[in-house]
Amino acid sequence: MSAPAGRRPSATAAEEHDRDWEGVRLHVVTGKGGTGKTTVAAALALALAGRGRRVLLVEVEGRQGLAQLFDVPQLPYDEQRLAVAADGGEVLGLAVEPKAALLEYLQMYYKLGRAGSLLEKVGAVDFATTIAPGVRDVLLTGKVYEAVRRRRKGRPAFDAVVLDAPPTGRIGRFLNVNTELAGLARMGPIHNQADAITSMLRSPQTVVHLVTLLEEMPVQETADAVEELSASGLPIGGIVVNLAREPVLAARRLGAAGKGRLDGEEVTEGLAAAGLAPSPAVVKGLLDEAAEHATRLALEQRERVQVEALGRPVYELTAVASGIDLGALYGLAEQLRDQGMA
Amino acid sequence: MSAARRAARPASTPLEVDVLLTDPATRIVVCCGAGGVGKTTVAAALGLRAAEQGRRVVVLTIDPARRLAQAMGLARLDNTPREVADVDTSAGGRLDAMMLDMKRTFDEIVEAHATPEKARQILANPFYQALSSSFAGTQEYMAMEKLGQLRAEADREGTWDLVVVDTPPSRSALDFLDAPQRLGSFLDGRFIKLLMAPARASGRAYLKAFSAGIGVVTSTMTKILGAQFLGDVQTFVAALDTMFGGFRERADATYRLLQAPGTAFLVVAAPERDALREASYFVDRLAAERMPLTGLVLNRVHVPGASGLSAERALSGAEALAEGRGHALTEQLLRLHADRVRVAEREQLLAERFTRAHPSVPVVQVPARPDDVHDLDGLRAIGADLADGLVAASA
Repeated sequence: MSAPAGRRPSATAAEEHDRDWEGVRLHVVTGKGGTGKTTVAAALALALAGRGRRVLLVEVEGRQGLAQLFDVPQLPYDEQRLAVAADGGEVLGLAVEPKAALLEYLQMYYKLGRAGSLLEKVGAVDFATTIAPGVRDVLLTGKVYEAVRRRRKGRPAFDAVVLDAPPTGRIGRFLNVNTELAGLARMGPIHNQADAITSMLRSPQTVVHLVTLLEEMPVQETADAVEELSASGLPIGGIVVNLAREPVLAARRLGAAGKGRLDGEEVTEGLAAAGLAPSPAVVKGLLDEAAEHATRLALEQRERVQVEALGRPVYELTAVASGIDLGALYGLAEQLRDQGMA
Repeated sequence: MSAARRAARPASTPLEVDVLLTDPATRIVVCCGAGGVGKTTVAAALGLRAAEQGRRVVVLTIDPARRLAQAMGLARLDNTPREVADVDTSAGGRLDAMMLDMKRTFDEIVEAHATPEKARQILANPFYQALSSSFAGTQEYMAMEKLGQLRAEADREGTWDLVVVDTPPSRSALDFLDAPQRLGSFLDGRFIKLLMAPARASGRAYLKAFSAGIGVVTSTMTKILGAQFLGDVQTFVAALDTMFGGFRERADATYRLLQAPGTAFLVVAAPERDALREASYFVDRLAAERMPLTGLVLNRVHVPGASGLSAERALSGAEALAEGRGHALTEQLLRLHADRVRVAEREQLLAERFTRAHPSVPVVQVPARPDDVHDLDGLRAIGADLADGLVAASA
């Protein structure tokens, strides 16, 4: 598989950068709802798949977000190719579904045969996957664990696994499968499974990246998550600031714009020079937009300081006015690579 | 075609928020939608607006942002409605607010429906403790339960005439409807009966009647989960046995309450593909369940300040200025404007797509604000935007 010729230069440029997460096999991506963590997880997978690597992108929330993002049919419970990256690398997608994971798990470890469908029939599978606290999460993280450790032709089947994880509100519980189960299953196979998963999640092989917007609530949730995850010994990776606005106005004009002190006369003349009818309404509208832009940027700057104070590597992705499609994803992947995230 | 002109075109029926809030027949407003769309803020703003128009309102929030909680004087998550200070009560209304404590709510149901001794057993059971604090659907179930309780209290004591509920920040808006039934069908299902069998069986004859297949199931569960886990579940289920009826009836009663006239579902979405897709699913689902959908709140919509100047003309103007000298400011403003228009156009396209698929659903568009909500004034402003809708706001 050869890479699209146009993508080569950026990949080469990235070779010169330090890559911050060399040696990491599992990238967990979380963030507050609405911050775009699925998009960021996908961009990260594409970025990691540069240089001919094979990356698995996993979703666990049963909403087929990857299929929608990459514009492919619904993902079955099986790895499917989602995209080809620079240098012939590839991104495969997997939508883990708890029921299928449970049945697969039972088959793998217990050779159940008929009992599997019996369990399903009496509602035991439903119980285990939707009601029993923690069991569902062990199954989902268990499948990820299996993918990270899977080998093919004497080497790891995937160079990296990127997990589009549950949002920050639930991430602590999700990754702390062991603690969740501790009071329930104190011994036995599911307990051992949880132990093995936990030790992988806490090893240097894993990092948890947090996606945020430069807004108060998501930044606050990010700070809370950093605290919660560190307290439980989970390795925190970088913070990805999504949808950052690029300052369109020159820095020296932003202050004036924010205070509503830009020169309307100057804009009127400018519009005339551009061949646009300089109606007072348009001039006022443009100045209002500038004021809002300045307010927004000032707010973002305040939040950026908070993000940086968390002491983790920070990566910024700029907003794409046209919305996210595959082309935009490649663009975001390139931004991450240029900043050394992959 | 400019985005502003498109926004002004009444592509959908406008959602009249004030009509909804001031109608004495409206007794429950449920705000639902995917996570991160501003549901909690919308619920709080609606509650405040209704209160200041004379309704006696209680707002049930699930997991408010710190600043929003502070704005409403909610210092603690203590499951008790408290009056919000600094609300304008001149029209005769009032506003109470509370945060849901799901474990406390679950405990209270147990205490209310079991004998003190049984209740102690249940509350001490490890499986119950895990279920009540971390089962993925417990929050949804308890939010429904609390809604039912508030409604009953309002009817009994006349404290409130409107209950506004925010729904939990779940992956999918549908969880709110599904979780209670999931838990209900678990408590009611074959699996529970199977688990209870050993506890109920008084003699060997009964056990013999069990098919070999069932034996396989229990032994497999034991092998996987460990005997002690299963034992905890069995003890829990046995202790809970007496309150099964109570659980199911309560869940069913709340469900009927949601279908009753007087309940209004508002689906909240941001003008983004995923959020609107989620909103679409939810609208279809509400229709299928015969739940009264009042409309869609399209939250955080971007509106260009300078209407009537298209992105294309702004950009070509900027290009022209870039070639000359001395008009850097105007050039930058035009580029900024072109960006804003593009974003607005994409959002309106998504809104139109939604309306094409659901032509009968009234919609109100609420403009994005550059700042977050910090106080009641911020909530009032959002309330006003909800009532006026985007067309008026941008005029």
